[in-house]
Amino acid sequence: MMEAGLKLRAAELDALMPMHVAVDSHARIVGAGRALRRITGPRAAVGQDFFDGFRVLRPEGVETAQALFNRAGRALTIAVPLTLRTVTLRGHLVRIGGGAGLLNLALGVSDLPDLGGADLTAADFAPTDPTLDMLYLMEAKELAFAESRRLIRRLQEAKTRAEEAALTDALTGLGNRRALDLILSATIADGQSFALCHVDLDYFKSVNDSLGHAAGDAVLREVAERLSAVVRASDTVARVGGDEFMLLLPGMLEVDRLEEIAARIVGELGRPVPFGERTCRISASIGISLSTDYDPPDANRIIADADAALYASKGAGRSRHMFHDPGHRRDRGPPGEPLALGQARRD
Amino acid sequence: MNGLAARAMQRFVTDTYGEALWRRVIGEARLSVSAFEVMLCYPEDYAPRIVAAAATVFGRPQADFLEDLGTWLVADERNVPIRRLLRYGGADFTAFLESLDDLPDRIRLAMPGMVLPRLRARTLAPDLYSVTCSGSPPGVAHVLVGLIRAMADEYGALAIIEVEDDEEGGARDPAPLAEAVRLSVSVPSARYFEGRDFHLGGGTR
Repeated sequence: MMEAGLKLRAAELDALMPMHVAVDSHARIVGAGRALRRITGPRAAVGQDFFDGFRVLRPEGVETAQALFNRAGRALTIAVPLTLRTVTLRGHLVRIGGGAGLLNLALGVSDLPDLGGADLTAADFAPTDPTLDMLYLMEAKELAFAESRRLIRRLQEAKTRAEEAALTDALTGLGNRRALDLILSATIADGQSFALCHVDLDYFKSVNDSLGHAAGDAVLREVAERLSAVVRASDTVARVGGDEFMLLLPGMLEVDRLEEIAARIVGELGRPVPFGERTCRISASIGISLSTDYDPPDANRIIADADAALYASKGAGRSRHMFHDPGHRRDRGPPGEPLALGQARRD
Repeated sequence: MNGLAARAMQRFVTDTYGEALWRRVIGEARLSVSAFEVMLCYPEDYAPRIVAAAATVFGRPQADFLEDLGTWLVADERNVPIRRLLRYGGADFTAFLESLDDLPDRIRLAMPGMVLPRLRARTLAPDLYSVTCSGSPPGVAHVLVGLIRAMADEYGALAIIEVEDDEEGGARDPAPLAEAVRLSVSVPSARYFEGRDFHLGGGTR
């Protein structure tokens, strides 16, 4: 079978190369290794035409014995269509004299995980064959990855909890000042215009003083709910201080709509809050600034001006709202509201 | 990474004895962490403290607790992936024993940086092996005793596994744990009964 007097019997060839197919010059199968026979069944039986059971996928056009032998020594990708699936093999053909050829094959990567569906055992592989090590590594990696994924999931959950805690007001569940600052700067960075409402509760201190902190907490929770009910889902409500809230309303620039919203907030927060047998009464003062009054919009100035407008509302008798007025444009204050107050406190 | 040992003990105790007893073990060990991760590093003394605490809580020698852990690693249904990986060591129990030297390197192929002991298997006679296990994590040699016993069952082998006493005799009880353990494993029959079914490439299907 080989030069220099080295001849191998079929059993010896089988032991060395359990995945081989030997073909004669007409590509008729003259022998096959035990592992290959287990995978391909009768397709590798002696006497079969190689091309009946095996199809060369790459390179294309290898469909005859001559083409197969012309390809000797170079890589082949071969498909074996079985009853339930197609198994992909790779390998090469070596001419072994007498016009015959020896194809040594291995499972393609996609068929490695389950060995092409064949019930192979360790005895079907030569000790030099790394297939078993590949299988071992695939299973070991799967185990290692499962542990890594578990760890990553746990760390991610912990991170999310920590982040939420850092941005959430524990009492009301609203965003806190940090959350508002983040959303405000993101909105400005996106180039989106918005209205910012600074809401301060009137008489909250007297609720706390007369009915206790538990009542104060109940009021704050109720305020949070009422504010959230007034705004759209896309708006942000944050508790930015003891009894101070801020509303960020993206795209809300129509004065009439803002008037309406501010009036609803004043109305909603003016409704009494029941606390046990008692009733807590507060009201709300609001200052509003619009990002379109600034070029470029500056978060600190927008907040400061909303704050100034808020104090103008307080000064004008509480339970009302006022717009920050940049001074150079049309009157936009509600009838009877002294615009000058907002203006005077601007600087 | 030395989280493997602590994580294995956590799972063994919670799966076998329940969450409440695991919390008692952690309390006894005076540890502030109760959930461990294979992929993380913990202070060196955590694993030995858990073992000592478990021995106290369960009222058993440390070596016995670790042997049970080794058996559980192989035999428990929840550990099929681990059992499968060990089965890649060889087609039968004696081949498995002969491949033990390579086991730490194999594990490190998949999980680089893993802290693992040194293993050395010697064939003394056709059916007699000597296995030595040394190094960290501490007490790992006793885990190996349980693991090898369970693997013999896994393969269906008739095997007698004994921990050899050191020169002073009686290294096992009471604690401290032996740093290195030499086992004698005699295998009168590698296929004494039907072992557990094992198919190559079935693990990721």
